[in-house]
Amino acid sequence: MATEAEATIDPMHQFQIDSLTGSALDGSPFAFTNSAFWMLIVLTAIYAFMLGGMKRQLVPGRWQMAVEGVTGFITSMLTTNVGPEGRRYVPWVFTVFMFILFANLMGMMPFGVLTPIADYVPGVGLVAHPFTITSQFTVTGIMAIISFAIVLGVGFWKHKLHFFSLFVPANTPFLLKLLIVPIEFVSFMVRPFSLALRLFVAMIAGHILVKVFGSFIVSGLNADGAMGPMIGLLSFVFIVGVSALELLVCAIQAYVFALLTSLYINDAVNLH
Amino acid sequence: MDFASAQVIGAGLAAIGVGAAAIGVGHVFGSFLESAIRNPAAADGQQGRLFIGFAAAELLGLIAFAVAMIILYAR
Repeated sequence: MATEAEATIDPMHQFQIDSLTGSALDGSPFAFTNSAFWMLIVLTAIYAFMLGGMKRQLVPGRWQMAVEGVTGFITSMLTTNVGPEGRRYVPWVFTVFMFILFANLMGMMPFGVLTPIADYVPGVGLVAHPFTITSQFTVTGIMAIISFAIVLGVGFWKHKLHFFSLFVPANTPFLLKLLIVPIEFVSFMVRPFSLALRLFVAMIAGHILVKVFGSFIVSGLNADGAMGPMIGLLSFVFIVGVSALELLVCAIQAYVFALLTSLYINDAVNLH
Repeated sequence: MDFASAQVIGAGLAAIGVGAAAIGVGHVFGSFLESAIRNPAAADGQQGRLFIGFAAAELLGLIAFAVAMIILYAR
């Protein structure tokens, strides 16, 4: 029985990128993938969310309050971490926060949301599965590299070669410097990796957990005896709890990415 | 021992790190709560540092998970 379950249920399949417009072998190196499709959906959702709140009314409505809450949250995060100069970096941090938050949340959508569309439009079957864009290291890696590039650019622009004093803590004895400078350098260079890895692994881990316990429900219902459905029911209750926890993780990961980006920008702007 | 069983055992050993990270994350939030109850006025100002500590502790658990996955799906 175990071999049957292994053959049918693969928790990693949800992260597979498929082309929606045909294979790359057809001649064009560009393929419209399910990842790209979900990026479009996420961007549309962000656009709609922002559009509803950009009315600039003197007395804001509920929607405008929600949008202003997010922008105010990011602005206050940058002003507390970077100082008054932090407001200049609000566009990037806000962009990355909104994109990660919406991508995480929309990747959490249950399986069947878009399934009816697949029946009417040919070739859209793959789209029916919600795809978590942030579960791909390429996507999170590019965002981390942009954040890191901003840090490097701002640092060298503002402090020229004095930026390297970031690796040398003040008032340390010479012998200790020999030890600390390489450590600081490595911890600086590893930042984009940790930034990208944290987000993508957190997303992958949560989704695998949900899918594994989802497969327990299926095999529990297929099993003989009274024990199987009981285990299925327990797994279902567990999934409900884990999904709630995952929604929290989605928001926390977006917050942590924005927070760490602002901290790194603080290093570049103010040294330390 | 054949390759497949060694793989599964290795992945299980690597997953111990996730539990260790759980201790770390629990310690971060537990210590924060402990001190926040003693001085609630200062708690809100330290939330940024709370999440920095959380992120640092969590990262190691996630790396352990990634290592477990790499071992498990290695061919």
